[in-house]
Amino acid sequence: MRFSINPEMATQEVQPNETLTNLKAESDTLKTKLEDERAKLHDVELHQVAEKVDGLGQFIMKTRRTLKGHGNKVLCMDWCKDKRRIVSSSQDGKVIVWDAFTTNKEHAVTMPCTWVMACAYAPSGCAVACGGLDNKCSVYPLSLDKNENLAAKKKSVAMHTNYLSACSFTNSDMQILTSSGDGTCALWDVESGQLLQSFHGHAADVLCLDLAPSETGNTFVSGGCDKKANVWDMRSGQCIQSFETHESDINSVRYYPSGDAFASGSDDATCRLYDLRADREVAIYSKESIIFGASSVDFSLSGRLLFGGYNDYTINVWDVLKGTRVSILFGHENRVSTLRLSPDGTAFCSGSWDHTLRVRDRGYHLEPVTSATVCLILVSSSSCLSLMPVPSPFYFIRTASFITFGP
Amino acid sequence: MVNSGGSFSKRCVNRWHRWQRIMSTNNISQARKLVEQLRIDAGIERTKVSKAAAEMMNYCEMHAHRDPLLVGLPTSGNPFKDQKPCIIL
Repeated sequence: MRFSINPEMATQEVQPNETLTNLKAESDTLKTKLEDERAKLHDVELHQVAEKVDGLGQFIMKTRRTLKGHGNKVLCMDWCKDKRRIVSSSQDGKVIVWDAFTTNKEHAVTMPCTWVMACAYAPSGCAVACGGLDNKCSVYPLSLDKNENLAAKKKSVAMHTNYLSACSFTNSDMQILTSSGDGTCALWDVESGQLLQSFHGHAADVLCLDLAPSETGNTFVSGGCDKKANVWDMRSGQCIQSFETHESDINSVRYYPSGDAFASGSDDATCRLYDLRADREVAIYSKESIIFGASSVDFSLSGRLLFGGYNDYTINVWDVLKGTRVSILFGHENRVSTLRLSPDGTAFCSGSWDHTLRVRDRGYHLEPVTSATVCLILVSSSSCLSLMPVPSPFYFIRTASFITFGP
Repeated sequence: MVNSGGSFSKRCVNRWHRWQRIMSTNNISQARKLVEQLRIDAGIERTKVSKAAAEMMNYCEMHAHRDPLLVGLPTSGNPFKDQKPCIIL
């Protein structure tokens, strides 16, 4: 059957293809230019610069509290700014607010969905946000009345078209940032539930996000199943930087305390450090013996230590500058799913699929010794005691095996 | 019959061309977005890794003394320590 091709349509066909070719050529040129520029600035490795820094000594961390009460896998946790309360969420839909000092449960809510993958404490300490397979982020105001039904006051804030993977309040209780399996991040107004800004750019599920420390402005970083970590401008919705060096899903991202870099943990069993000013990856934290993915990462207060929770039930502590592992922490009986430093940096909490959360800090402490106190008591190998009075202001390190002043 | 056959196949061809234009428009808009993003990426200012690394080391050093997990805390300052009295063995 013969039919005539409309010559007008024919020319319309040719035009779009030409523009596509031009665009492709331009994108290829830009990509090569970017690679060249980035390579030029890569003059040295971080661990080479850090060779002159003192190494870290022996590292002992002790579990100070174990929070038991969840009936299923703990998926997410967050600290309150008062440095003592913790909110955690689990697979069975329970969200619990704990007092980490006493290990008491202060509030408990049962969500209408399972797999509550995200939870966050409001900066004021008066509310918690959580969500998961319900595709929503809900905010629960916490009341002082323990008997009050928290679920009654629940407010649905965010609506996504797929599961909620992470949420975080911004600097106030008024706005909340969410990331979702639908590949987008979004900024919401808590009071009205209105969408303030949406962030498109990931090609697959977004699994994690972290807000920049407040001194450095309105940006946040997100990581996804497309192996990319994107840095976003919260006001414009624009992706300002993108990093793609991981070989698998990025499960966790966390800003360096100065805000000039961020770390990521991935299913490829590595954690990586990306510097925002150098616009590249500057360190990889990996070992041949580590083959399980890292689910969550966080820095210590000075940024010298990077804590990584892994799917092989351990927590590896890395020297950020030198790139070496300084400690490996055991204790959890299933994969570590979430890990966060307390607001004042004295301890960190890890949540696991073994239904518990553990709060850990340094195993030994500096003990100020004054002339008024009885000082260090040494137990020698021949079982005789010797008392050693020491004048202040000397400091003695008391190790876990010599504990005589209480555990 | 011939006419209806001709107009039917013309409609098919028109539909095919429309689909092709939509697909290439989608591809074009995607390509345009990529080029725009790359232009933004090319435009940002970058520093050398040596400079960035030095600043990071400086930050660590400046804040190391007040990092409780790095240097430890006096017992009185650690809220998670159990406050128990001294035991002399």
